[in-house]
Amino acid sequence: MPEQLEGSQAVARTVAACRPEVICAYPISPQTHIVEALSRLVKSGALHPCEFVNVESEYAAMSVAIGASATGARAYTATASQGLLYMAEALYNASGLGLPIVMTVANRAIGAPINIWNDHSDSMSQRDSGWIQLYVESNQEAADVHVQAFRIAEALSLPVMVCMDGFILTHAVERVELPDPDRVDAFLPAFEPRQLLDPSAPVTIGAMVGPEAYTEVRYLAHYKQMQALDLIPEVAAAFQQAFGRASGGLLRPYRSSDAETIVVALGSVLGTIEDCVDQLRDDGHRIGAVGLRTFRPWPAEEVRRALEGARHVIVLEKALSVGIGGIVAQNVHRALEGLPITVHTVIAGLGGRPITMASLRSLCERGLAGTLPDTTFLDLEEALVDAEIGRMRGGRRSGPHAENMLRDVGTVGAAGLT
Amino acid sequence: MTATRLKYFQTGSFAAGNRLVEPSERSEQAAPGRANAITCGHRACQGCGEALGARYALDAAMRATGGELIAANATGCLEVFSTPYPESSWQLPWIHSLFGNAAAVSTGIAAALRAKGNTRTRVIGQGGDGGTVDIGFACLSGMFERGDDVLFICYDNEAYMNTGVQRSAATPPSARTATTQAVGEAPGAPWGQGKNAPLIALAHEIPYVATATIADLRDLEAKVERAMQIRGARYLHVLVTCPLGWGTASGDAIRVARLAVETGIFPVWEGGDGEVTAVTRIRHRTPVEEYLKLQTRFRHLFTPVRDDATIARIQARADRNIERFGLVGEAGQHPLDLHEEGGS
Repeated sequence: MPEQLEGSQAVARTVAACRPEVICAYPISPQTHIVEALSRLVKSGALHPCEFVNVESEYAAMSVAIGASATGARAYTATASQGLLYMAEALYNASGLGLPIVMTVANRAIGAPINIWNDHSDSMSQRDSGWIQLYVESNQEAADVHVQAFRIAEALSLPVMVCMDGFILTHAVERVELPDPDRVDAFLPAFEPRQLLDPSAPVTIGAMVGPEAYTEVRYLAHYKQMQALDLIPEVAAAFQQAFGRASGGLLRPYRSSDAETIVVALGSVLGTIEDCVDQLRDDGHRIGAVGLRTFRPWPAEEVRRALEGARHVIVLEKALSVGIGGIVAQNVHRALEGLPITVHTVIAGLGGRPITMASLRSLCERGLAGTLPDTTFLDLEEALVDAEIGRMRGGRRSGPHAENMLRDVGTVGAAGLT
Repeated sequence: MTATRLKYFQTGSFAAGNRLVEPSERSEQAAPGRANAITCGHRACQGCGEALGARYALDAAMRATGGELIAANATGCLEVFSTPYPESSWQLPWIHSLFGNAAAVSTGIAAALRAKGNTRTRVIGQGGDGGTVDIGFACLSGMFERGDDVLFICYDNEAYMNTGVQRSAATPPSARTATTQAVGEAPGAPWGQGKNAPLIALAHEIPYVATATIADLRDLEAKVERAMQIRGARYLHVLVTCPLGWGTASGDAIRVARLAVETGIFPVWEGGDGEVTAVTRIRHRTPVEEYLKLQTRFRHLFTPVRDDATIARIQARADRNIERFGLVGEAGQHPLDLHEEGGS
């Protein structure tokens, strides 16, 4: 039965239905509501058997998950932003060891400047960590994809990150139909680990591997992720059959089959993009959208098929690879190699800047008119930037950028939670 | 375990002569059916104190748990020399994750066992001094304060030996390491730095904290066995000599460890719940010079010019340990003197 639920509560209750045996948590906004709710479920006995471990850092959170998973327990944690970066070493370790941990990333910007609001800088920074990365558009999808994530992770013995937009989804109250726990039980087989710390059959996990086999072990990690390109759609189809809803999968086209211009994006912004597509379609423009639901492994063939009929592709992304520009755009570029398609990069929504319908519409209109440059920073306040560049040119000790620019804006003291 | 403290020095040799004692009191290493948790063929240096300490500690833990044991290892010598692919010395389930997270991985193992209702299988986390007192310290402290059911063993050889003998927070003052070179006005590691991990562990009010050395392996075994009788977070800090990093002869590994105890440099004690409850008394009080001069890491204290001031300073440090822990005196005269009373 559908309920009005905060995204975090929907995720917490869905994760609980997946019967994790060890949950570890370190507080960081905007992930906190998820683990708070889970801690209550564990402590009240509603989620049993399950150990909830309050750790001293995200590095420890991932490490506890590693130990638990290697001991055959279904392990879950959640994080965001600085927390994800702080556990980076353990992220690579979890994937390198092939441990099927599931983690929610409540996507948030990375400092400096410190900023608690949403963008995809955090998870995008870990795109090469060996984790499968699934992005969700809505709280309904967030709930559904967590169920799929455990199944995918355990089938492949690879960890999975479910990336949901911080605040925009985690703190938004929406209508959600939670996956029915009995059906989740039927959908998720018991975790059968490929490797287990078991005194009756001792194994060494995490041995040192030199040049003689390191490449081969890394190749296997890649091989398993490539298998996910087949498995992810299969699991999405099985989910649809079991729960009667379409969620997850590799990507989702929206009115794009005959489109000349296609906007590619990830996460919750797709809702606004689709509304924008509808408006422009009403005006007679051949425009569509493609939502990427799986970013790692990179579904190159599916992306190429979804975009090959277009002339212009606008990749709108909430992250910036400083020194080159877009991250998703580079991947799209590669998928479209050899095709006569122009790929435009649009960096948008950094640090929680709203992506408004007006801005999107004007962006799409420039795309349709063929006047969009290679890379655009959506709604960039050029006067603000120019003033600071002027100060830098004016003298050596021009001071900290953030403070200078906030003074110009006039909102110094925009405090936030960390 | 309620062990009667054995005196092995009847022959005057310190040799742990198993033939002199009842079979039940013998070292686990004398048992034909011992676990060999870290079996032979590994790549440790000749005279490696860590390999010796780990073998005694883990086999004792295997005996205490009936083989129901899982170990999590920090990156370091012990991890590297025991698992050169495709070989492994480990005869027990063993995981190596990262340098700094062995205590947290241990917590995860313990949590998983708890969730599965497995009360038989126990967990040991282990690492060198770098993986314990430096990079692994936050995870270790977190494991302590939560009271996770883990025995963490630090094999302390007082520097980062695996990377080529760099200074750690366990490096003693004046010791030469690759990053505290024996040059300048105050050669070697600086004074006034470093941390006492066992006392910090004790301050967490965990139920069991002890120190030991490879000079008294029966004591090490007994401490591991006692630790395995207790539930909750436990800590064992074992001084292990390193021929490479200390510049000692391989054949002097145990001799140098014994001198660390007999000089007062390394106090051997046992405690829990915030209190030191027992100490190992010094039998032949020895000047620190006897300990220092066997190690090239302290060579600059003797040559080209003898540095009496620094040697005296190290002596004062050892004397303070002796005073603080009551390491010298007649049996029963110091409040901490429990062992010599015939058991604890």
